Amino acid sequence: MVLERGELARSWRRERWDSLRLLTPNWQSRLPGSPYEGGEPDGYMTAAEVAELIERFAQSARAPVRTRTDVTSVGRVGDGGYRVMTEHGEIQARTVVIASGACNLPTVPAFADAVPADVEQITPFGYRNPDQLADGGVLVVGASATGVQLAAEIRRSGRPVTMAIGEHVRLPRTYRGRDVLWWMDASGVWDQRYDEVEDLTRARRLPSPQLVGTAERATLDLNALVALGVELVGRWASVRDGLALFSGGLRNVCSLADLKMNRLLGSFDEWAHTSGPDAGVDPPERFAPTEPPRSPRWQLDLRSGEIRTILWATGFRPDYRWLDVPVLDAKGQLRHDGGVVDSPGLYALGLPVLRRRKSTFLYGIEDDAREVIGELGGYLADGSRVRGGRETAR
Amino acid sequence: MSTTIDNGVNVQALLDARETLAGAPDAAQFTWRASSKWQNGVHSTTTIQNYFGLGAEQSHKTETVLDADHPEVFAAEDNAITPIEYLLVGLASCLTAGVASVAQNRGIQLRSVEATVEGNHDVRGILGDADVRNGFNDVKVTFDIDADASAEDIEALVAQSQKRSAVFDALTNPTEITVAVA
Repeated sequence: MVLERGELARSWRRERWDSLRLLTPNWQSRLPGSPYEGGEPDGYMTAAEVAELIERFAQSARAPVRTRTDVTSVGRVGDGGYRVMTEHGEIQARTVVIASGACNLPTVPAFADAVPADVEQITPFGYRNPDQLADGGVLVVGASATGVQLAAEIRRSGRPVTMAIGEHVRLPRTYRGRDVLWWMDASGVWDQRYDEVEDLTRARRLPSPQLVGTAERATLDLNALVALGVELVGRWASVRDGLALFSGGLRNVCSLADLKMNRLLGSFDEWAHTSGPDAGVDPPERFAPTEPPRSPRWQLDLRSGEIRTILWATGFRPDYRWLDVPVLDAKGQLRHDGGVVDSPGLYALGLPVLRRRKSTFLYGIEDDAREVIGELGGYLADGSRVRGGRETAR
Repeated sequence: MSTTIDNGVNVQALLDARETLAGAPDAAQFTWRASSKWQNGVHSTTTIQNYFGLGAEQSHKTETVLDADHPEVFAAEDNAITPIEYLLVGLASCLTAGVASVAQNRGIQLRSVEATVEGNHDVRGILGDADVRNGFNDVKVTFDIDADASAEDIEALVAQSQKRSAVFDALTNPTEITVAVA
């Protein structure tokens, strides 16, 4: 059975801002056995459309979903197996798949407590649209997909926007005439397996790429934000006496992102050249380097009234408070080897680079699910744990 | 990793240390120490030998003695370099060590690595002008690297070395400092 704390696809209905669209184009936003059949394969779904997609899939797959069944705890029982406590009572299970995702709680740095009280603070979970924000300046913290999308939207509402930027992933929306995520898929980057990735810890922590799904398929990198009038500053390091202090290392995080993007585009070109589709796509192209301001501000007085709202786009973390099995590492992440959790009969799906780089995309979970459920089936059949893959990197 | 290149960095030891310390965060806590003594005027001498790390007191092979003074244009005796110039020493040597380490890890043979560091400093701040900061306004590092690598790979070396540099971090980010009187 599938337990869902609220209605089906709850997080897509309740934890997304109004304008959100998927990063993946529609043709890529598919679930097993349900290819996209609409008229806009190159468009990007809204959150409501994703909820609808999941609902249709649940129906057609006849998934045994129990909605409005919040899980309050999962613990091991003596003879193997798990006791799942829900708001409606107890369930015994020989195997459990944790599919609660990696983005349950917004991450906010500890120095948020030192922000003066008259500056409002909001996370992407609370944000819906610019109308809810006070008039005046907004400091957007973080330059992942969330950060760049919200910075652009809030800037277009007429508010001055300052954006604090640490390490980020720059991507053009389209490359050589195709969606950049077509390249990720077709060239095999997204199929790269977790045991082939050079630095798995880093790959699993990578922020989402600076992408937005719009009809124009526009690129939304830092240069685009500067063109909109967004002021760029370095990574927000701390608050001292009401002053926000930013890192002086903005130039380097921009260089790192440019270098990594160009390396990725170079690998696309090489693949296109050697594997055929060179003729079917436009010629190789390169994009202007990121142009951070010559002297970005490294401090900002939060008591001056310049900033009325801080939007923390500083990432998310999973919430395992209900999990009474000792399978978390020192940093609160699940210890698992390709979704086989370090406790017999316990599995995970839908975490970053669980088995492949595409693991967290709607269509990317299909291969993972097949393999993890294969492990689970083997465990049930053997009555003992069957391990695939290699030992987890610690 | 290529085995044919040698920049003199034992990268394997560093990778092993990373793995070991990931599971032993207490051992990763280091304290670096320096002790200074006033000589005369604005001249002081700092000695460095001991530090704490890997859960125990550690010691450099030899004691290092460094003098700091101020130049004659500041009406001082110029016995040694200015304290703020030590920051340039720290930044240049830290980034250079990073370039060598990253190059070793990426299989890039270095032939020469030279860096010029310039810190722009409006000295009216330290002379009491409240509208001017005391420290550097900005710092510029220029690397000149001769290596078996493309221009882009060399840029990536330098970028990665900044990303992993203790001194780059210490200079670009604020640090809590407590000064007490014993």
